[in-house]
Amino acid sequence: MTTTERPERNVPKPVFTDAEAGAQTFPDSGASARRYNYYKPAKRKQTHYEDVTVDVQPDPRHYLSQGWIYGFANGEAGYPLHWTKLKAWGVDLPEPERYAGSGGKGYEWPAHGWHEFRDPNEEWELTFYRYNANVVRQVNQNIDNARSAKAFDNWTANWKQFVERNVGAWMHIEHILGLYVFAACNRSGPTNMHNTAMAVNSMHKIRFAQDLALYNLTLTEEIEGFDGTAHLSAWNEDPEWQGVRKVTEALTAVDNDWGESMFATNVIFEPLIGELFRSNLVMQAAAGNGDYVTPTVMGAAEYDFAQRDLRWTQVCFGPLTQDREFAQHNKDLMNGWLSHWVPQCLEAARTLQPIWSLPDAKPPRFEDSLDRAKNRFAGILTDLGLETPKELNQ
Amino acid sequence: MSRQSLAKAHQKIQELSWEPQYHEPYMKYGTDYTFRKAAKKDPLKQVLRSYFPMQEEKDHRVFGATDGAIRGNMFRQVQERWLEWQKLFLSIIPLPEVSAARSMPMLFSVVPNPELHNGQAIQMIDEVRHSTIQQNLKRVYMNNYIDPAGFNNSLRNFHSDYCGTIGRQFAEGFITGDAITAASIYLTIVAETAFTNTLFVAMPAEAAANGDYLLPTVFHSVQSDESRHISNGYATLLMALSDEDNRQLLERDLRYAWWNNHRVVDAAIGTFIEYGTKDRRKDRESYAEMWRRWIYDDYYRAYLVPLEKYGLVIPHDLIEESWNQIWNKGYVHEVAQFFATGWLANYWRIDGMTDEDFEWFEYKYPGWYDKYGKWWENYNRLAKPNGHNPIVFEDVDYVYPSRCWTCMVPCLVREDMVTHEFEDGSIRTYCHEVCRWTDVEAFQPTYQGRETPNMGRLVGKREWETLYHGWNWADVVQDMGFVRDDGKTMTAQPHLDLDPKKMWTLDHMRRCPPLGSPNVVLNELDAEGRAAFIADYNKQGPAGRPAPTNA
Repeated sequence: MTTTERPERNVPKPVFTDAEAGAQTFPDSGASARRYNYYKPAKRKQTHYEDVTVDVQPDPRHYLSQGWIYGFANGEAGYPLHWTKLKAWGVDLPEPERYAGSGGKGYEWPAHGWHEFRDPNEEWELTFYRYNANVVRQVNQNIDNARSAKAFDNWTANWKQFVERNVGAWMHIEHILGLYVFAACNRSGPTNMHNTAMAVNSMHKIRFAQDLALYNLTLTEEIEGFDGTAHLSAWNEDPEWQGVRKVTEALTAVDNDWGESMFATNVIFEPLIGELFRSNLVMQAAAGNGDYVTPTVMGAAEYDFAQRDLRWTQVCFGPLTQDREFAQHNKDLMNGWLSHWVPQCLEAARTLQPIWSLPDAKPPRFEDSLDRAKNRFAGILTDLGLETPKELNQ
Repeated sequence: MSRQSLAKAHQKIQELSWEPQYHEPYMKYGTDYTFRKAAKKDPLKQVLRSYFPMQEEKDHRVFGATDGAIRGNMFRQVQERWLEWQKLFLSIIPLPEVSAARSMPMLFSVVPNPELHNGQAIQMIDEVRHSTIQQNLKRVYMNNYIDPAGFNNSLRNFHSDYCGTIGRQFAEGFITGDAITAASIYLTIVAETAFTNTLFVAMPAEAAANGDYLLPTVFHSVQSDESRHISNGYATLLMALSDEDNRQLLERDLRYAWWNNHRVVDAAIGTFIEYGTKDRRKDRESYAEMWRRWIYDDYYRAYLVPLEKYGLVIPHDLIEESWNQIWNKGYVHEVAQFFATGWLANYWRIDGMTDEDFEWFEYKYPGWYDKYGKWWENYNRLAKPNGHNPIVFEDVDYVYPSRCWTCMVPCLVREDMVTHEFEDGSIRTYCHEVCRWTDVEAFQPTYQGRETPNMGRLVGKREWETLYHGWNWADVVQDMGFVRDDGKTMTAQPHLDLDPKKMWTLDHMRRCPPLGSPNVVLNELDAEGRAAFIADYNKQGPAGRPAPTNA
């Protein structure tokens, strides 16, 4: 056997450069220079989340010396602060003027109150992939386990129909809110922290909508006679669902105000309709009807809202009611939103009432469920520093 | 994972598509394009059930490699010449990435195809990933590389610096103006499909050759998402093409997007790859060779040209002209020379070129030394403070250039500079006729007699020098914040020596002549003076040389 000599491969040679931290002493070589120094952290120490999120979206009120360089046809550019009627301290100060010889300086960090917002969930790519990957894994495992255990055989006939129509209809709401409220608003917020929080919120919604759709597909495959398209007729035609559909669609039609979109959805719609349906109906009724699987799918989404989406919403809106300049303005605005949306949500909730009587094993009474939802809602408002609106008593 | 097939799962989630019954969603963004025909399928066929675990796995690999790089002391082997340029690149790129996320809802508004919205939503999530993973990479560099200055004040620098402003086109251009022009043609059809090849594939290869395997780890992971985004753009483009009224706009937008990407990306990435590397093996590809492979062959010939049969008017002339700029007119070399001329206005250190570099450039670009060699020798001679001023103030046969009002890269190929006078008497300079056309014809409310009410506008203070016209350089640098923690040593340096005695300080800047804006000077001239200025300018170069006196 002969060996042929291969020509020497031409590859870059490693070179020892000694370019690691601490190799020399010079201005900025110390440990204190190894932190992002262009923003002040919310707490004493900068967090990883802050480092990868804060100030990526520029603001001409502090460092953007040449200003925004692309404008819309109507003259707006960048991320106009008036894309919500809410106000944070400092926003009425004029944008720094720049002209020949002006230099580039703006106001000191943070320039205005919007930059003080930090997502309490500290979401960035590492966290949201971990979180959502865990959720889909767990949901899949629950469903796979139920399938191998033939758990769907225990469902009562009425419950099968309830899931196929009503749990099925709910996927549309999550999808619409995810895409056309939360994702739609992620272009509108005043800072990168707001917009990223909205994008993450949209992921939860879109994921849950798909979780429900794929769960529906599994049920179609596993349960004889399960109609995988019934959710469409329920959503399009069932009178019980039309009230919720109407208010859901109205949330996508909010007139150019990301603040109102977020507030109306997460502060009003979610507790009064979302949790009412998910927690106070489906998750209460399922076990009695032989179903231990659907609550686990619903429960994952309930955790999304209760532990994450509501958290960022409270931290976003709560300080605005205490704002050092615009507290009353913001309260008046939010009270107006409450007056506008609470009656619509309550009307939609009541329109949904007949489905409480569909399962064989009855869930808590509708009125009791609604009272729980109202109490929860009132608690959220208190946390935000807002009064319970009179419309809640309707 | 579920045993349901991806195709089946994807088909199922199409049942989520929404046709409004009671309220139409608020239409925040507009377009002059129309979509009356031919809905397209979602090309991604991606469901979040598989997407999230897949991305998590990719993260594991990236963050595992990051740990490995730190434990293995990668920074003992990285070339400072290379990593210094990352102070610029990584200050720019997280904003374009997150802007791409922000641009997706613009498409929800205007592309009436709910099936495509699924792919756009996944792109939105990807882009948030890219932005934050790149911010994190920069943080790793800041913590572990010898010189954190420039990384540590990264975003303030980016927002203050003219290079950052040039880079911001690659962000604001995605999210402003006509939604299809911005989020589809400029972002996905041109930036992502053509130029991410050089950004995220060619450049990481160069990083690896310079001892940095973290950049390839992060950016190849990013690029694996880009292929999805390219499919999104393609589907939207085919929808747009099926409506004949769109063809005029498509032609306009492809011309604008192509040319702007060439001006901006080739300027920056060309410089990083050619002037930021220590790898001078003769058989490693030059930027021109990479461009020919990745952009000319892979994008232009394999992607764009086949679209001609669907009625797309391809800007063949501009693609050939871009090549002409890179190969014959030395565009990348002119840009690198300008960056180095103006080192004092930036926030990273720029290494001089050595004999080995000269030899490589001459081999790859015959005639390079005659044009640029002498100037780089002067750069080395003037690199350390020794009683002289920075090179921009010294007599090295270099005329400081005017800014292009459109792409904001200076007018470096001097013969191509054109101007436009406006009704108010002001005059703007452009680096090339296509940049003049972009400003004066494309970004306007009418285009070739057609109303284009949704088209964006080019706004802002687009000539950086004008903001500081008449300022002392020490004040300029201080105003921008490019000063180290001793309060006087500059972040930027025209060499890599970190001996404090060899570093430039604000005191050195204080004694320099004031900053003058060529654009202010031109505007102050009368008609005759302007004509003479332009005539002289067009005779300058190459390498910024003054116009020959006997011409």
